[in-house]
Amino acid sequence: MAKPKVATTSLAGCFGCHMSLLDIDDRILKLVELVDFDKSPIDDIKEFSGRCAIGLIEGGCCNEENVRVLQDFRKHCDILISVGDCATMGGIPAMRNNIPLEECYAEAYLDGPTVHNPSKQIPNDPELPLLLNKVYPCHEVVKIDYHLPGCPPSADTLWEALVALLSDKPVALPYALIKYD
Amino acid sequence: MSDTINFIIDGVEIQGREGQTILEAAEAAGIYIPRLCHLKGLTPHGSCRVCTVLVNGRPQASCTQPVAEGIVVESESERVQQIRRDIIDMLFVEGNHFCMFCEKSGNCELQAMAYRFGIPTPKFPYQFPKRGVDASHPDIFVDHNRCILCGRCVRASRDLDGKHVFDFVDRGPHKRVAVNAEARLADTNLDASDKATEVCPVGAILRKRVGYAVPVGKRLYDEKPIGSDIEAAKTK
Repeated sequence: MAKPKVATTSLAGCFGCHMSLLDIDDRILKLVELVDFDKSPIDDIKEFSGRCAIGLIEGGCCNEENVRVLQDFRKHCDILISVGDCATMGGIPAMRNNIPLEECYAEAYLDGPTVHNPSKQIPNDPELPLLLNKVYPCHEVVKIDYHLPGCPPSADTLWEALVALLSDKPVALPYALIKYD
Repeated sequence: MSDTINFIIDGVEIQGREGQTILEAAEAAGIYIPRLCHLKGLTPHGSCRVCTVLVNGRPQASCTQPVAEGIVVESESERVQQIRRDIIDMLFVEGNHFCMFCEKSGNCELQAMAYRFGIPTPKFPYQFPKRGVDASHPDIFVDHNRCILCGRCVRASRDLDGKHVFDFVDRGPHKRVAVNAEARLADTNLDASDKATEVCPVGAILRKRVGYAVPVGKRLYDEKPIGSDIEAAKTK
């Protein structure tokens, strides 16, 4: 029987949650025995090669590309998991949510203390994904099946959840593994 | 004893005393009823509703409801737990609770309550309200983003410090804690030794320059759920 496939991505995140996944140490050898990685920065596969059992989403949605990738994951994955505080509640990027977008752009490209931008241009190339009005947690964009909070979720949290799902058991995290920081 | 009051919590017979609230009587019997706005030593407020129980089938705040002979209280049933979970969820989405960098994280009662209930993330849409920070005082700062309007600071300043530094202003969704000055905390008579600076269950009123002193793993609620001290007293 073919191994179940796992896909991962980092949307509006910092890759810290992916680092935490690597932090499972030598259990990563067990993990590659259990699963194959499909679309993921871990193996650098850019497009889905087929149906995946589990999709791990790091980061929330801050721009239109994030939304498209997230919808693509929902389409291809049986189980979708929000990994980390950015995916579950918006996280640090969501601190802009009560500041008008125009002010965010001005701070980043015009008025910020370290900005050097003599042409006073705000990047506007069609190649660049448009920012959303605010940063959305993943479950406000598509249906999410499980949430693993934490900044990042500990390696043990990720391991426990993955192993439970791969062995068809419910994800029942002990007290010490649900943390918001 | 003549002032003993017999009643039932979740099928267990409890002896309370005249004048006790349900929450106090339960606690004396080693039963923890979750609470956020209630704090021993402060006048009960009944505002957060996390301590909701069903008394003879009706929802009541157990921190303000007095015990009465023969009442039947439901506290750990699925229905009551669901009410509490929903309240905790709402408290999270109504404010801006960025636990990942909050100095109170690990010692925060709201966060600990969510941990106790095993909430991975609140189910309601986040509001991301626009709220301010007052860092004008030399020793204390107020971050309204994290305020859950429990009124502990209001009561502590008024009843314990005799100062009235904090109070509520506005109504409904606009309700907030304000300081007894034109605008700034620095212009009040708040002192760093005031009780009002110690009672905040979240990270809304904090002391400056002492953040992150306790390492992750050693903080109040890292290992043991909130309320486990009260429950441990029962098993002794």
